[in-house]
Amino acid sequence: MSDENKKNTMPEEEQLSLNDDRRVKVVSPGALVVKRFFRNRIAVVGLVMLAAMFLFSFLGGALIPYGQDEQFYTYTFMEKEYVAATRNDDLRYAVREGGEFGTIYQAQFLLAQIKGETEFSYRDASFSLKEEGPDFYSIWDSEGNILAIAYKDIVHAADGMPELSFNAKYEALKAYLGGGASFTADGVEYTLSEHDILQDGVEVAYVSRVVVQSKVSGVVISRDFKERLEEALDSGTEKFAYTDAAGEESEYTITYDASAKVWSVTQATKTYVYSVYGSPSKEHPLGTDKNGMDMLTRLMYGGRVSLMVGFIVVFIETVIGVILGGLAGYFGRWVDNLIMRIVDVFYCIPSMPLLIILGAAMDGMNVDPQIRMIYLMLVLGFLGWPGVARLVRGQILSLREQEFMTATEACGIRVSRRIFRHLIPNVIPQLIVTCTMGLGSTIITEATLSFLGLGVKFPFASWGNIINDVNNSFVMTNYWFIWIPAGVCLLTAVLGFNFVGDGLRDAFDPKMKR
Amino acid sequence: MRKYIIKRILLSVLILFCATFVIYIVLRCLPGNYVETMAIQLSTKPGAKSFEEWMAQLSVTYGLDKGPIEGYFVQIGNMLKGNFGDSWRWTVPVIEKFNDVIWLSFVMGGIAFVLELLIAIPLGVVAATKQYSRADYAITAGAVLGYYAAKRFSLPTFFFATLLKLVFAVHLGWFDISGLVGRNYAQLDAMGQFLDKANHLVLPITTLVIVSIGGLMRYTRTNMLEVLNSDYIRTARAKGLSEKKVIYHHAFRNTLIPLVTIVGGSLPSLFSGALITETLFSIPGIGYTSYHSMVVGDIPFSMFYMTFMAILTLAGNLIADILYAVVDPRVRIA
Repeated sequence: MSDENKKNTMPEEEQLSLNDDRRVKVVSPGALVVKRFFRNRIAVVGLVMLAAMFLFSFLGGALIPYGQDEQFYTYTFMEKEYVAATRNDDLRYAVREGGEFGTIYQAQFLLAQIKGETEFSYRDASFSLKEEGPDFYSIWDSEGNILAIAYKDIVHAADGMPELSFNAKYEALKAYLGGGASFTADGVEYTLSEHDILQDGVEVAYVSRVVVQSKVSGVVISRDFKERLEEALDSGTEKFAYTDAAGEESEYTITYDASAKVWSVTQATKTYVYSVYGSPSKEHPLGTDKNGMDMLTRLMYGGRVSLMVGFIVVFIETVIGVILGGLAGYFGRWVDNLIMRIVDVFYCIPSMPLLIILGAAMDGMNVDPQIRMIYLMLVLGFLGWPGVARLVRGQILSLREQEFMTATEACGIRVSRRIFRHLIPNVIPQLIVTCTMGLGSTIITEATLSFLGLGVKFPFASWGNIINDVNNSFVMTNYWFIWIPAGVCLLTAVLGFNFVGDGLRDAFDPKMKR
Repeated sequence: MRKYIIKRILLSVLILFCATFVIYIVLRCLPGNYVETMAIQLSTKPGAKSFEEWMAQLSVTYGLDKGPIEGYFVQIGNMLKGNFGDSWRWTVPVIEKFNDVIWLSFVMGGIAFVLELLIAIPLGVVAATKQYSRADYAITAGAVLGYYAAKRFSLPTFFFATLLKLVFAVHLGWFDISGLVGRNYAQLDAMGQFLDKANHLVLPITTLVIVSIGGLMRYTRTNMLEVLNSDYIRTARAKGLSEKKVIYHHAFRNTLIPLVTIVGGSLPSLFSGALITETLFSIPGIGYTSYHSMVVGDIPFSMFYMTFMAILTLAGNLIADILYAVVDPRVRIA
């Protein structure tokens, strides 16, 4: 014994004998395993990763105020074509009530007007024309009655007013272009103030060259808006704001199409839409997905689904595997042979293709997403048990030959009790390791299936089907926040399970020195 | 030895028979299959027969009128005669389509496999000799990234593939996002076409290597550690041999025993193609082809592919077991 040891034990333990229990620290095998486990840095890191993922998924989902499939809305400004405006450059015609001035006559008139003649005729009808003002002509028939007028400045009826009569239009234009302040037509007195035509102080019509056409069905363009638009057109501005009668203000943008000579006015309307692929913000730290759902919430619920699927699948695997493996290992002979051949058959059935076919079939049958998830877990569990069965059988084959089993036999303990109380507990360490590793690979398999769109389906989230969005390469390139976090979560969980599994294997192994 | 091999092969045939039976029953029992879709399409055409009539006619054409068990024996009989039927999805004989696509998968798998060996084994050895050092942690962390438990994918292949695409195809623009040939492939000369294909295979092969490298690396490390802890290594050290000689001469050679077994065992799987990777990168190999057959419920092709996979698995196990006995003289096969 070295000096150092002596010094340590000297002061108070002088009276203890060498084989006294108090001299050595007694640690149970379990505590040893725990000690070895925590000495392994990677295993501890894995444990922390797992704890983080569990807290994130289960606690996070409970704490976050949003629901799994709660959709969020946002206002966006959408440019919608509102009106089209043209400045009238053609002569337009108004014909007296009961008169006839068809297109052929109009063409003849145009010829005469261009040549500067005052008379024109077609076949047996003859007309005379008179220039009454700039771009304003009156046409008279052979009997000296006014037949029609041709004009470029248009008399529009005011909002909610009937169209003016032919006579009134004629008189109005004459007065407007001639600079008069009032006129009489059909025995009614009208006054003119700038463009407006008033009757007893009420506006009944106005004169303007601009023709405004509504592009939105069911919307009547108000006089007020037209004036505002004309002002904007005259000043050459591209944008103007206008507050309508209901008090709603909107932005309008004017674009001029030179070939069609049309100003097209678009209205920026506030539209209430799903917030699709919203960028990360204070309310949504990871943005929103293609359905306008909060990404962080989806990620948390997706974690729940992924982890739950993993646990349930591994549970099913383990139960089937332990029972069949235990039976095979304990009974040996033909039981063992039969079960092991079944295991072989399962081993050589390629599981991924089978899962893809089943997934595609469930797509075809339109299975409800919830039931689909259950089927998925059952199938995964049913395909995964042979590994566990092989492990359990191998261990039991050797354990069965040991003395304690002879003792159980001698005591007359039931067979089922011998297997499940005395043999299986001895396999538990290896089983825990396999299950931990199995959790990781199950989560990956589920994620791969969901990624292909054949696993967990909307409205349920899973880490795999969140990443599924990258099948749209626009999402892949532009919206990192949709798929990178899900991938990182997946990776963290899987790595966590593998690290912990590795650590446990090392810790359970009595040969390990550290 | 010969007796053992014959016994194993006979057993494999029996297992294969059971496995194909299970596969066939599953495929047959699925509703919403290709034939139904086709019947729906045909019956919606103007002046067409009703759905039921089409269904009956197509069932006879595709041999679905018999019961599943009888159908299975007809199918297996045809398969034994080398007649695998016509693929519904690709409208050519299954075997013809298979010949078209398998070699691409094999080349891809082969290159990935060689790279995997060249990278994984040295790294595994280093990790083992420097156990619990910083290098070991780094390599193990990297290895676990690519850890697979016996099956091919245990790692989110799709996530890595997408990351690679984002970095190398979208941001750096070195490769195309998917496909085997570029858009100006037809104008290139023979060399250019070869290079074009090679360029398109870089990302898929990288994905394959990253995904599967971890398993082999960990396997090497575990076996190397086991060997390093054995008595004869202590003896070698006690003799005063240099550390280099101990590790590379005594330890590594013994590590090779299980390695040869696992490497030999995975040779057949080179033909199985990479289902997910090929699909993600739209590489028209066996994996991609069968994925697209499977999602539409093309029974002949799916059946053929799954049988093929089952044979590969069985062959792999058999080769591994035989190699184990060949390489390690201590193992005796009864």
